[in-house]
Amino acid sequence: MEQTERAPGLGIGAYIAKHIREYGLLFALIAIMAFFQIVTGGTLLRPVNITNLFLQNSYIIIMALGMLLVIVGGNIDLSVGSVMGFIGALAAVMIVSWKLPVGVAMAICLIVGMLIGAVQGYFVAYWKIPSFIVTLAGMLVFRGLSLWLLAGQSIGPFPGNFQSLSTGFIPDLFGADKPNMVALAVGVAAVLVLVWLALRNRSRNMRYGIEDEPWGLFVARNAVVAFALLFVTWKLAWFRGLPNVLLSMVILTVIYVFITERTTLGRRIYAVGGNAKAAKLSGIRTERLTFLTFVNMGLLAALAGLVFAARLNTATPKAGFAVELDVIAAVFIGGASMAGGSGKIVGAVVGAFIMGVMNNGMSILGIGIDYQQVIKGLVLLAAVFFDVYNKNKEG
Amino acid sequence: MTALLEMRNITKTFPGVKALDNVSLSVREGEIHAICGENGAGKSTLMKVLSGVYPAGSYEGEIVYDGQTAEFGGIRDSEDRGIIIIHQELALVPLLSIAENIFLGNERASNGVVNWRETFRQTEGLLAKVGLREAPGIKVDGLGVGKQQLVEIAKALSKDVRLLILDEPTAALSEADSQALLDLLLELKGQGVTSIIISHKLNEVRRVADSVTVIRDGATISTIDARGGDLTEDRIVRDMVGRDMAHRYPDRERRAGDVVFEVKDWNVWHPEHADRQVIRDLSMNVRAGEVVGIAGLMGSGRTELAMSIFGRSYGRNISGQASMRGQPVDLSAVDKAIAAGLAYVTEDRKTLGLILDETIRRNTILANLDGVANRGVVDENRETEVAEKYRKVMNIRTPSVFQKVMNLSGGNQQKVVLAKWLFTEPEVLILDEPTRGIDVGAKYEIYNIINDLSAAGKAVIMISSEMPELLGMCDRIYVMNEGSFVGELQAEDASQESIMSLIVRE
Ligand SMILES: Nc1ncnc2c1ncn2[C@@H]1O[C@H](COP(=O)(O)OP(=O)(O)OP(=O)(O)O)[C@@H](O)[C@H]1O
Ligand SMILES: [Mg+2]
Repeated sequence: MEQTERAPGLGIGAYIAKHIREYGLLFALIAIMAFFQIVTGGTLLRPVNITNLFLQNSYIIIMALGMLLVIVGGNIDLSVGSVMGFIGALAAVMIVSWKLPVGVAMAICLIVGMLIGAVQGYFVAYWKIPSFIVTLAGMLVFRGLSLWLLAGQSIGPFPGNFQSLSTGFIPDLFGADKPNMVALAVGVAAVLVLVWLALRNRSRNMRYGIEDEPWGLFVARNAVVAFALLFVTWKLAWFRGLPNVLLSMVILTVIYVFITERTTLGRRIYAVGGNAKAAKLSGIRTERLTFLTFVNMGLLAALAGLVFAARLNTATPKAGFAVELDVIAAVFIGGASMAGGSGKIVGAVVGAFIMGVMNNGMSILGIGIDYQQVIKGLVLLAAVFFDVYNKNKEG
Repeated sequence: MTALLEMRNITKTFPGVKALDNVSLSVREGEIHAICGENGAGKSTLMKVLSGVYPAGSYEGEIVYDGQTAEFGGIRDSEDRGIIIIHQELALVPLLSIAENIFLGNERASNGVVNWRETFRQTEGLLAKVGLREAPGIKVDGLGVGKQQLVEIAKALSKDVRLLILDEPTAALSEADSQALLDLLLELKGQGVTSIIISHKLNEVRRVADSVTVIRDGATISTIDARGGDLTEDRIVRDMVGRDMAHRYPDRERRAGDVVFEVKDWNVWHPEHADRQVIRDLSMNVRAGEVVGIAGLMGSGRTELAMSIFGRSYGRNISGQASMRGQPVDLSAVDKAIAAGLAYVTEDRKTLGLILDETIRRNTILANLDGVANRGVVDENRETEVAEKYRKVMNIRTPSVFQKVMNLSGGNQQKVVLAKWLFTEPEVLILDEPTRGIDVGAKYEIYNIINDLSAAGKAVIMISSEMPELLGMCDRIYVMNEGSFVGELQAEDASQESIMSLIVRE
């Protein structure tokens, strides 16, 4: 989240204090991972479990990207869990029952997702019906429609090429079995690109006197991120390599970071959430942007639905149940504000990971679903409290 | 008379800003004490310290009130001692009634059950005191700003006020409403209420104040006593800005060119009440290099006119022709109006002009994002350069353009709004109350900017409730009343009297 933007000339301590939210999130993720790594006796970071972590949480992360935009725009979407389940059911009916080609069925699913988003967005943007109400209705409607589509049964299994959407891995071109060379190469390349981008950005900002992150902190922060990336790819390389989903998630995240931080489109969405009236009088088409955030959310919910169905290899009437809550929680843990206008993609993704690691770690420990819910709820409250507390301290 | 309040060596810092630096203030019992100073001088901050908005411990210095050292932990503490503050931004709940607002948090109730009869009875008494003839059950959002201000004062009176603090109470009021408010203050003074009033309208200060404290850059410059006969506007201005100001309005070479923008037969209906016509058969034009004023009372439809022209932001069933340099233009949406070369500086900067939670930089480029972007990708460095440029041109007082506008003083916020619109490089700039709540020095700067624009051949339309400002700045003045123009005066022929007589002739 953006506090006051960077202003020149602060010490390390003061700098961290000022950007406590961003660093806090990173610390929290590391602390939670360390905690579960220890209490699960090292199971959490086993190659197979890391792979699982990505597979299990991919759909939450995908939807968190869209939810962030919706929330930044000053709205909320409660229907995403139901829409995700509905699209999974639709895919199953088309692929398994009607034997449509997988590519065609997927395209139809994505289009239907966008249409669902468009209908909800239409009511929210152009009729000014509160998004809470519109999407609450959507949540009920699509929950019901998936039950109807599936006639209360599970439909599956899917053909292999559909499954590989979620459970497939990028093949190793070099033929070596383990470690998987493609995975390693991608990991190293990603780290190099990240470091290069960070350095370039920093030097450019220095020239304009914007950058003030102390050099030591800059190095430390990037080193932690680089180390984590290399560590994860190393582990993945010793299992089955890069999961397809991981690659798509990374690509999507990069795209959305770019859209939110660098494009006029992204800026306008933040402006609408920050003050819709002022944005409108500044020539920004607020209705259209709100509409678009919902269309985008529908698209991503549909994608999540496909990924989820592919992973389970069946569409069940319960798919997507209460998932909207995890997605929304991830976005708020990531620092977005309920009032709109602030929040970051990376925050939402990290928030989703925090939820994912907790889900995964607690399952390994065999903690019952009852306590899991309690703990996740408390973590959400703690994260938001931390936010508000820091804001108040700012004055 | 003895001192009711002594504030000694108050220092208050915000991250990166020293808002108050050893300020002292002494207010005598039973007087009206004015505080004057430029935008961002620290007036509002000082009053927030006094009323406990910034609690004891968050500032340095000492407050002695009524002979005792006061350490207020919050606004409740100061209210208990009879100190009531009415903030720069009104704090009424729009959907509650007058009576509910007055007794909000202070309900006339026994065992938690509201006694409505008592509430209404007392409200009636209070409304009579402040001279507001409205039913206690009316919702506040149906009242104009002037009447809302009176409700705020009634609310203060309901709490046994001893020291009443008003932060720019007349900034948004019409001439008549301001007069009524000031009369009320004088009346309250007669009843023994001490008041502190912050205002940029120096004629009002001179009229009501018994003494004036001038603050500049967070420090007390002087305290002027009216009894010394030294309380003149020029003296206050000199202390405020640190130098003599010979003229309030900068000179300009008047040289109007061809008609740039023209509106013909403009009709607008109310957005909710479809049968109410707000603008009726109105035509106007403005020439290159010309500054045209629109005078009129509050509610005469000036803002509605401007907003309906600017991308149909107000009203429905809008009809009429608009043309730029003789060619018809499409003004059906705000972005089209901007593309056509129009800019509209809104009257209400907080809710319509700015994203308060964003930085100066982001606000400056808001209306012209494409101006700092290549094919939809924002160039952050160019963004910073632009914001820096306008910070210097407009003399916006802030440690950096990365400050949130929320933390700026009112006048500096207004400059950010202006910067935003100047960056769209408009051909026609519509200014709606551009100097509301702005100090004399900053006003002068804004007038200079207006003159520069007109010298560059731009057309300026200026809506203002301050007639001296219109008379000092405009080449031509339209007089508006009840949704139509009732007259048009050249600068030479215009005076307050001629404008008023056109308005009341109806
Ligand atoms: N919460 C805050 N955080 C940071 N800076 C602040 C905050 N509140 C006020 N300031 C700064 O303190 C200074 C004094 O502000 P203040 O609002 O008291 O000015 P003012 O004299 O009331 O001006 P105006 O006439 O424009 O209302 C300004 O420089 C302002 O930017
Ligand atoms: Mg103020």
